[in-house]
Amino acid sequence: MTTEMIKITGLKKNYGSLEVLKGIDLTIAEKEVVVIIGPSGSGKSTLLRCMNYLEEPTEGTIVVDGIKLDGEANINEVRKEVGMVFQRFNLFPHMTVLDNLVLAPMKVRGISRKDAEATAMELLGKVGLSDKASSYPDQLSGGQQQRVAIARALAMKPKALLFDEPTSALDPEMIKEVLDVMKTLANEGMTMVVVTHEMGFAREVGDRVLFVDEGRILEQGAPDDIFLHAKEERTRSFLSKIL
Amino acid sequence: MELNFELIQGAIPLLLAGAGITLEITAMSVGFGLLIGMIIGVARLASVKPVRYAANFYVDFIRGTPLLVQIFLVYFALPTIIGQRIDPFFAAICACSINSGAYIAEIFRAGIQSIDKGQMEAGRSLGMTWYQTMRYVIMPQAFKRIIPPLGNEFIAMLKDSSLVSVIGFEELTRRGQLIIARTYASFEIWLAVAVIYLIMTFTVARLVGLMERRFDTK
Repeated sequence: MTTEMIKITGLKKNYGSLEVLKGIDLTIAEKEVVVIIGPSGSGKSTLLRCMNYLEEPTEGTIVVDGIKLDGEANINEVRKEVGMVFQRFNLFPHMTVLDNLVLAPMKVRGISRKDAEATAMELLGKVGLSDKASSYPDQLSGGQQQRVAIARALAMKPKALLFDEPTSALDPEMIKEVLDVMKTLANEGMTMVVVTHEMGFAREVGDRVLFVDEGRILEQGAPDDIFLHAKEERTRSFLSKIL
Repeated sequence: MELNFELIQGAIPLLLAGAGITLEITAMSVGFGLLIGMIIGVARLASVKPVRYAANFYVDFIRGTPLLVQIFLVYFALPTIIGQRIDPFFAAICACSINSGAYIAEIFRAGIQSIDKGQMEAGRSLGMTWYQTMRYVIMPQAFKRIIPPLGNEFIAMLKDSSLVSVIGFEELTRRGQLIIARTYASFEIWLAVAVIYLIMTFTVARLVGLMERRFDTK
């Protein structure tokens, strides 16, 4: 087995009296692509957001790349190494695309503007947006914005990427361009955790699929095991509704 | 009733000098107020309770008491505590800055809260600290949105600064009073004072409008 990138033990998360996560144990290996599926409100986004401490767990431990997440200093260390792509892109609207990409590398990693821009241009080429470097986010389509957001996360040279429903806010015709970029990353060996409703992507790219329901991992396995031979009735009924 | 224009003409240079002082005290007060307001506005959003409560108390106290009383507190009450007279100019700037700071704090708080919380999450998840995200992501966007209310605050302070005339500080309103004491031309002089205030507030409103449009197009 390869090295562990993310190790979660006994993770619980409550909002007041509402239990969102009820005990999650999960280990994600380096270069693994894990797809998390499940009904809305099942806790799958919360689980993802705990992995970089955007949500603070109520109980349990999270270790990322050998660093245990607890204090503020630790959290920033981990966040440098784990990028996140959001459903609503969250690009910085007052900056050009290029400035969106160079801000964190310059401020967090202390890289010079020249070097940061060189990396940024390379990444924009990779996501097919070299000509948009000086555009502002609101001049781009949703699909283009999400590709910029992926490039922005990559600019920190992360060891893993978290995707929180990256195509849910997109018009149907733009979903493919974003998924294609994600496929390329997966093929290059990026460790990825993806919360999504794109079952085609899950089957094609995922190494492992987790079905999360009511705050627990109900079932997991290789894509075909889940999609074709799910053991749990809940999984089968969920899949029958969305496939 | 006839207006004595000669009288007005004679008073104009003195009044204009007073208007200059009014502008100066307003600019300084809103300037310091910006600094206070930025800090207090952020403090009102702090997760640390004592910080938040202290900031809330400051804003509630200032907004819940008249500026005139605040000026008296600084000019008359404070010297009895520190055992030393306070210069009217210092007292005026002090009271007006503290007053403006409370209103600007509310403007900042609303401006910061109007920024989508995904912006803070995006900044933080890139490894930037809370301060860095505030500085480079949240504040620049908030600033753009608070230009119009800041302009309003400037105009309000321009008018309210007339209250410092009660401690004998010679800004526009006090100059008017002094000229009237000499000439008894109260109608002419107050009319002239009002027109000068109007010209100043109107000009500032126009300037703010221009700035707004400039920032709107990035």
